[in-house]
Amino acid sequence: MRYSGFKVFTEGLFGNKGWTPAWRDAAPKAEYDAVIIGGGGHGLSTAYYLAKNHGLRNIAVLEKGYLGGGNVGRNTTIVRANYFLPGNSEFYSHSLKLWEKLEGELNYNVMHSQRGQVVLFHSDGQRDAAVRRANAIVNQGDDAEILDVPTLKQLYPFLDYNQTRFPIYGGMNQRRAGTARHDAVAWGYARGADQLGVDLIQNCEVTGIDIEGGKVVGVQTTRGAIKAKKVGMVAAGRSGQVAAMAGMRLPVESHIMQAYVTEGLKPCIDSVISFGMGHFYISQSDKGGLVFGGDIDFYASYAARGNLPMLEHVMEAGMTLMPMIGRAKVLRTWGGIMDMTPDGSPIIDKTHIDGLFVDAGWNYGGFKAIPASGWCMAHLMATGQPHEVAAKFRLDRFRTGHLIDEEGTGSQHNLH
Amino acid sequence: MRLTCPLCGPRDRREFYYYGAEDYLHRPAPDAPIEAWDDHLHLRTNLAGVIKDLWYHEGGCASWLLVTRNTITHEVLSVERVADRKGASA
Repeated sequence: MRYSGFKVFTEGLFGNKGWTPAWRDAAPKAEYDAVIIGGGGHGLSTAYYLAKNHGLRNIAVLEKGYLGGGNVGRNTTIVRANYFLPGNSEFYSHSLKLWEKLEGELNYNVMHSQRGQVVLFHSDGQRDAAVRRANAIVNQGDDAEILDVPTLKQLYPFLDYNQTRFPIYGGMNQRRAGTARHDAVAWGYARGADQLGVDLIQNCEVTGIDIEGGKVVGVQTTRGAIKAKKVGMVAAGRSGQVAAMAGMRLPVESHIMQAYVTEGLKPCIDSVISFGMGHFYISQSDKGGLVFGGDIDFYASYAARGNLPMLEHVMEAGMTLMPMIGRAKVLRTWGGIMDMTPDGSPIIDKTHIDGLFVDAGWNYGGFKAIPASGWCMAHLMATGQPHEVAAKFRLDRFRTGHLIDEEGTGSQHNLH
Repeated sequence: MRLTCPLCGPRDRREFYYYGAEDYLHRPAPDAPIEAWDDHLHLRTNLAGVIKDLWYHEGGCASWLLVTRNTITHEVLSVERVADRKGASA
């Protein structure tokens, strides 16, 4: 079924009885050309682009829970392409371009809103770094501009500009950045993949990866054995457990990252604002809730909920930046399981096992990467060659020293 | 989350610096092959369940601690000083 304004209108006239499920509830077949482990944003987009760009039809996505039940439904929904380093820069640039055409491509409203993101700076040194980054972004072909304080005051009169500790010197703005409805991205890719014949199999946990003579031949699941010529491991925070089934250790440590949302308020923040002197960023959802987050909790965890010290830090940073939010009530907090790599950048690569591929290590940046990650993982699985914008996301780069350390903090698990 | 330091008693998580998995205790020889160093520094078992990892009591006695804890529940099962472990060199 194709969605349209006309369809909404006619369904409204006739009692909304004509809507059908957005995707089939597929049962596993005995054999597939390609199997994707993980039915989150990246797994679903990989399956979609394998079918769409590379003509594969006999594909399954295996999800142990329900589609989009992991990090794609547990994030702060920011979409941007303001990276500095070669490797990241061209990849996120490609991703943003895919985002801009996503709704038409999928015939699905993912509520992509290019409301802009401003990253504030609070010292001369930070200003120099922001200008340098902005130039790098412009050279990549994306947009960035430096906003001075009078301009910022017009746009965001509620920021605390003149406090003595962290006075605001300006901000780096990217107008094409913004937000999207996170669940809808998973649902849109799921529906698109389903329409191209991909089997989306939920409640199907992979319990083993079958390898014969250095080549992958299939997977064992809670719904029986499935043969597969190619297997993609796209399990985000659970990548470590999936890779262990293939006898591998990944350069990944799973950490907790919390996010927070307030009660619904009238429109007051119309873009994404990031604090430059503490890890804090905020936007307002279409429902009115202020959605904000900070840094990871900084210890390995699968609890999907965080601890109070980081919550306190984030609240302090928020109050420092915009005291007006002090009386908003926080409705809920939640945590996602972040697959952190030592340099903070992801991995899209083949493994030493023939036919087994890995897409992991998305740290806290996985949401905006969903389109390009699927695009590049599909390219890799179909052709055996890395896509040109993901060529530096190598699995062995920590051993070889070809790091992509965007923060410049070093190649160590507890530093990103 | 609180950790019970063997010297200082139960203390807030804020007093501690998280270093990482116990892999850091198994340091390869300086002339070991690069794969062994990669394994030591970067590759992780990343278990969901009971693990051991290293914490530093930065805001307390400055001991390096080996913490046994559950990464799914955040339950802390035991905390021992790295220096007190059998065979540890001073």
